Amino acid sequence: MQELFLSFRLAVIVTAILLVLATPLAYWIAFSKWRAKFLVEAFVALPLVLPPTVLGFYLLIAMGPRGPIGKLWLALFGHTLAFTFAGLVIASVLYSLPFCVQPLVASFEKIDPKLLAASHILGADAERTFFRIILPLSRPGIITAAVLTFAHTLGEFGVVLMVGGNLPGITRTVSIAIYDRVQSIEYAAANQLALTLLAISFLLLVLVYGLNRRVGLLWNVK
Amino acid sequence: MEREIGPSELRVRARLARNAFQLDVDFVVPPGITILFGPSGAGKSTILDCVAGLAAPDAGEIIIGVPHAFSTKRAVNLPPESRQIAYLFQSPALFPHLTVKRNVEYGISDFLPGPRENDVREILQLFHVEHLADRKPAELSGGEAQRVALARSLVTNPNALLLDEPLSGLDAALKNSIIADLRAWNAVHEIPILYVTHDRAEVDALGERVIVIEKGKIVQQGAPNEVLNAPRKERLALASGFENILEGTVKEVRLEDGVMRVALKDSSSTVETPLTYAKQGDSVRIAIRAGDILLALEKPSNLSARNLLHGAIHSLEQRSATMICKVNAGAVFEVHVTLSAARALGLREGMELWLVLKTYSCHIVE
Repeated sequence: MQELFLSFRLAVIVTAILLVLATPLAYWIAFSKWRAKFLVEAFVALPLVLPPTVLGFYLLIAMGPRGPIGKLWLALFGHTLAFTFAGLVIASVLYSLPFCVQPLVASFEKIDPKLLAASHILGADAERTFFRIILPLSRPGIITAAVLTFAHTLGEFGVVLMVGGNLPGITRTVSIAIYDRVQSIEYAAANQLALTLLAISFLLLVLVYGLNRRVGLLWNVK
Repeated sequence: MEREIGPSELRVRARLARNAFQLDVDFVVPPGITILFGPSGAGKSTILDCVAGLAAPDAGEIIIGVPHAFSTKRAVNLPPESRQIAYLFQSPALFPHLTVKRNVEYGISDFLPGPRENDVREILQLFHVEHLADRKPAELSGGEAQRVALARSLVTNPNALLLDEPLSGLDAALKNSIIADLRAWNAVHEIPILYVTHDRAEVDALGERVIVIEKGKIVQQGAPNEVLNAPRKERLALASGFENILEGTVKEVRLEDGVMRVALKDSSSTVETPLTYAKQGDSVRIAIRAGDILLALEKPSNLSARNLLHGAIHSLEQRSATMICKVNAGAVFEVHVTLSAARALGLREGMELWLVLKTYSCHIVE
């Protein structure tokens, strides 16, 4: 159960960090009039198509004692990032970025531009418009983004293995643990963990669809 | 010599080129309702967007009250939130997650909760939507939503109000009652109101001043009945409900009577029209409203109307409560009569009858 707890801790931290980072990024992608913004969109979507081992490999190099992130970390904290929980967090943030950004962009873009124009004309600046109009109207997108990020982080394998290795209590997440047990032919133990993960994932999705449905009903009563 | 802009006037001078479209206008809106009228695509909404700050002209000057909201000369371009204007779109654009009351409060500062409560209650009363204060926008009818949108815009005490065909989806009775409420508000708050429409009926209902826009330029301005009842431009004539535009040649000019006689093209018929700049032998176009033509089954006599044309019904078509009757009398005339009139006369295709036209119903257009 230690692995399960570790995975949850990782997923919660990564989701929190990503919501804070992805919201301004998604806002920029949705509303910027910069012509070359498709480059940024392509970069954000990269983890969707990249094999996790490729991403993990480059992250491992970057976090190592001679990589740029690793050197910086070494100077600041006296140890490198590879095979640590912090390294795992950074890798997961990058890997789950599109799962958080894309639902947010979609829900920002769905807002009727007339509403935003109306808000500005009523005297609200960009900040007030964001917090009073855009954010509340994007609640379904935010819930989707949070749950997808959480679930995706919970289940990731390739990147974690490359960057984190398999250190019990530090980097051995639940998916690594399942793999481990299968390797040592402990099928019953593997099944126990796998089934728990399956149940949690299903519950999370039920929660997303249920919440989004309720939000929708609240606004379109008639 | 340029005129000073009064503290409650709106001055718009804007030039803008987008692809094939060119806008070039210069006008002043005094307090009260001024209508921007013209066919769709003429640039009416672009003008409103420039005033609101949602679009910027390539060059020009927009003054709302005293301060410059936009000026290429002074390099000023205030964002919409700093212009203190109200802008109502075709759709009410109410915030769907907020109640009517919260929507109306949106534009007022959060710092003065006391006066805010009062202002909101007053404006909701004025537009007859108090009882809806706790509803969400999805629970409102189209007319109610547009009333709430008006209240939300006007509670901020704007320096100008822009309306972009806000009533186009509503029926006439609802329209008139909303316009009456807006007028009542405007009587107390004397700000310039710029009202965009392409609906002739709305011009008549609102009319104080009208500015006619066509292809990005002002073609005429003045009181609606002067401008629209005697359209000098053919396109304007079509847009403002002149169903008949006939070509002809001036046969005779009678200066002493203030009239002239025009022979219709490809026909032996002539009509008497008011005198214009045209000379004998000039080609002219005559615009006649379908509703201004009378039908008679026998040749009328002892009538003040000067034009009697004999013809036969070419086609009949019912469109809602109007019978659209095409009559061949040398040229084909479109005539609109009520259903009861059509029944009483027993109109049918091929029937011979007389068209009766007043001289002053025949307008010469460019």
